[in-house]
Amino acid sequence: MTDLETFRQETRAWLEENCPQSMRSPFESDKDACWGGRNFQYQSEDQRLWLERMGERGWTAPEWPTEYGGGGLSREEHKILREEMARIQARPPLNSFGIWMIGPAILKFGSEALKRQHLPPIVRGEIRWCQGYSEPGAGSDLAGLQTRAEDKGDHFIVNGQKIWTSYADKADWMFALVRTNPDVKKQEGISLVLFDMETPGVSTRPIKLISGESPFCETFLDNVRVEKDQVVGEVDKGWTIAKYLLTHERSMIGDMGSTAAGQKTLAELAVDALGLEDGKLADPMLRTEIASWTIDSIGYELTAERARDEAKAGQGVGNVSAMLKYAGTELNKRRYELLVAAYGSEGLLWEGDDRPAGALPQRWLRTKGNSIEGGTTEVQLNIIAKNILGLG
Amino acid sequence: MQKLVLTEEQQMLKDAARGLFSEQAPVSQLRKLRDDKDPLGYVPEFWNQAVELGLAGTLIPESHGGSEFGHVGMGQVMEEGGRTLAASPLFASGVLGACALMLAGNDSQKETLKAIADGSHLMALAIDEAGRHQPLRVATRAEARDGGFVLNGRKTFVVDGHIANTLIVSARTSGSEGDEAGITLFLVDPKAEGVTVERTTFPDGRNYAKVTLENVVVGSDAVLGEQDQAAAPLQKLLDIGNAHLAAELLGLSSEAFDRAVAYMKERKQFGVYISSFQALQHRAAHMWSELEQVKSMVLKAFMALDADDDQASLLASAAKAKASQVAELVTNEGVQLHGGMGMTDEFDIGLFLKRARPVQLLLGDFRYHADRVASLKGF
Ligand SMILES: Cc1cc2nc3c(=O)[nH]c(=O)nc-3n(C[C@H](O)[C@H](O)[C@H](O)COP(=O)(O)OP(=O)(O)OC[C@H]3O[C@@H](n4cnc5c(N)ncnc54)[C@H](O)[C@@H]3O)c2cc1C
Ligand SMILES: Cc1cc2nc3c(=O)[nH]c(=O)nc-3n(C[C@H](O)[C@H](O)[C@H](O)COP(=O)(O)OP(=O)(O)OC[C@H]3O[C@@H](n4cnc5c(N)ncnc54)[C@H](O)[C@@H]3O)c2cc1C
Repeated sequence: MTDLETFRQETRAWLEENCPQSMRSPFESDKDACWGGRNFQYQSEDQRLWLERMGERGWTAPEWPTEYGGGGLSREEHKILREEMARIQARPPLNSFGIWMIGPAILKFGSEALKRQHLPPIVRGEIRWCQGYSEPGAGSDLAGLQTRAEDKGDHFIVNGQKIWTSYADKADWMFALVRTNPDVKKQEGISLVLFDMETPGVSTRPIKLISGESPFCETFLDNVRVEKDQVVGEVDKGWTIAKYLLTHERSMIGDMGSTAAGQKTLAELAVDALGLEDGKLADPMLRTEIASWTIDSIGYELTAERARDEAKAGQGVGNVSAMLKYAGTELNKRRYELLVAAYGSEGLLWEGDDRPAGALPQRWLRTKGNSIEGGTTEVQLNIIAKNILGLG
Repeated sequence: MQKLVLTEEQQMLKDAARGLFSEQAPVSQLRKLRDDKDPLGYVPEFWNQAVELGLAGTLIPESHGGSEFGHVGMGQVMEEGGRTLAASPLFASGVLGACALMLAGNDSQKETLKAIADGSHLMALAIDEAGRHQPLRVATRAEARDGGFVLNGRKTFVVDGHIANTLIVSARTSGSEGDEAGITLFLVDPKAEGVTVERTTFPDGRNYAKVTLENVVVGSDAVLGEQDQAAAPLQKLLDIGNAHLAAELLGLSSEAFDRAVAYMKERKQFGVYISSFQALQHRAAHMWSELEQVKSMVLKAFMALDADDDQASLLASAAKAKASQVAELVTNEGVQLHGGMGMTDEFDIGLFLKRARPVQLLLGDFRYHADRVASLKGF
């Protein structure tokens, strides 16, 4: 037996033993996700246990080095882990901006001390992070950010305002872009800093969205003290790291375009809602549109796979994450429009426990943010046009 | 799982094919064939060079004189041929003809593979009978008589029909028009009595024919595969054909796109290059993104065909559907971005538009394959 086959068998056995039964079904709503952190309200003991067990093994961050709490798996082993989890429909043990965003940046650019301080708690889901990039005056033009960090010798004093900070009111720490040098080209005076949300001077105010939910906030920074050892990489060199992190974020957001293992496809949901006539979806126009969407989703998933394979083989173009983000998010928006159409007026029921499509109206509205967050669709098209096609 | 990248050998074949097509069959060659109303519709010297490089036998087993390079390999050749709009019997003979014999032929019928690989024997597939592709709607009849069959019917849109040495004809041996059972494939000599092959012209200047069969007598050895049971191998053959047409569409769309982008960088209006207009940049970026999706789908379809994967039909149909949709987008935009120049015969961009539509329709367009994807997915 090859090492990978052995790994698969051991993984299967371990998951069989350690994944609680109630954690073996797709999320019913976004509320089923586990985010961890100091103040997280676990939905069940199983949810807590599942995070604890996976975190101990480092399998919340399977490819991170074991010395920082990660799983130390190779890409191939990670793939097997994913497949084995999908096989039993195991839920992701942890949703985490730490694992998706700041962790990879600390791993690549951070000091040894920062790695030891921050990575293990991220893996175990003990500290929940939020992203302080956008400001009222700096959205697409992120490099135009104005939040100031004044050098006070061994620390900075930070003043300014962030906006659209997802889960700022629930997060324990923030990674933020701040201006450390106002006298140079805008990209060259930016630093990436880390601070505890309990630091005096940090306050948040939730913003209510079109969905009625308030997943993100305005964040006010009023004379916030940030230690110098909490700068990731070099002072004034944060823009490169910010862009690296955005690349990660974009691939991840784009991934909303794919259908996760165990999740029902758009076509299956439409059949549930409308039924079949002579083996065909009962509404012929909708069938055509869903067929077209299905073809595009096959294309998107294969392209994401090819991009990963090409990256491994050292081929492919840079900035490919811009294309994946563009294609994946537009696809996800179309999916939800078609779902709303398939369920018809029943799908738009705003509240109630017995709605046929659950919280579909809220989820549909949430997708509208997909082509805005992490850099808008138009910004992705600009990146493709300029950096890949050389148009200017 | 197999990685979605080309192996070194496949990349080498792609490079070699690109070199051959760009040097020996550039777009100007098609233009000349069209302007001269060339009776063959391809340049024999070029065909010989392609054969020498082994391209005609890419799919054929070594035991029958081919190189057995698989669909991924042949797909690279089709894609590169699409870039220069190269006219040759490669698709009709090297893909459809060869695969029909490999899928359904008996040992003696497979003897012909050698001559397909060495380019001396050309095949053509005659299945469609109306404007829109409907492979199971077969009105052409084959009646059993004296141990053989008598064929009557009409076929249309037969690629390279008028230059073929053997026609593969679908005909009904039982059942009625539209039935899946009762279809049989026949190998028919176009020179046989009662066969009329009439060349028809299309916007792309390539070879298509109408074939009329009037009391054509064939022996029982003309049956390719099982009598009445052709639907299954034919479907498989069409999957293969569609994947290769998707590759050709990918090639021609990519080239049309590259040319449009190049034009944007050289054309000035309002004192600046038109490439500086964001309205055009975003359209170009969208097209590039769409082409990337087609690229992944075509590659995956070929890998599935090579692996005899049970997803191959779905992937081939999805690839042809998407490639057709994107070819339509890119060739239309290609003309549009060239402004008035795009409407002229002198500029090549229009040739890509005119090639794309017949290829889209051939063996089923976006609509046909989107319907099939839905059916295969159970909705
Ligand atoms: C759901 C959600 C979650 C988010 N989470 C976070 C978070 O956790 N942390 C964080 O820091 N930020 C977050 N954001 C903010 C997000 O990054 C910004 O909203 C985004 O970058 C766009 O900035 P803006 O809202 O200021 O829009 P603007 O930049 O004002 O854009 C307005 C419109 O103009 C277009 N536009 C702008 N510039 C150009 C251009 N050059 N060419 C063409 N069109 C252009 C845009 O595409 C858009 O359509 C989140 C946003 C959403 C919707
Ligand atoms: C069938 C036909 C008949 C015609 N008949 C006549 C006639 O009788 N008399 C006559 O004088 N002319 C005639 N014309 C010419 C026609 O008016 C021009 O072709 C047209 O104005 C476009 O100019 P162009 O061809 O130079 O394209 P360009 O201006 O070079 O345009 C190339 C591309 O760039 C785009 N583009 C250009 N500027 C911008 C911008 N600022 N923002 C975004 N995109 C831009 C265009 O939309 C186009 O897609 C005819 C053209 C055609 C095709």
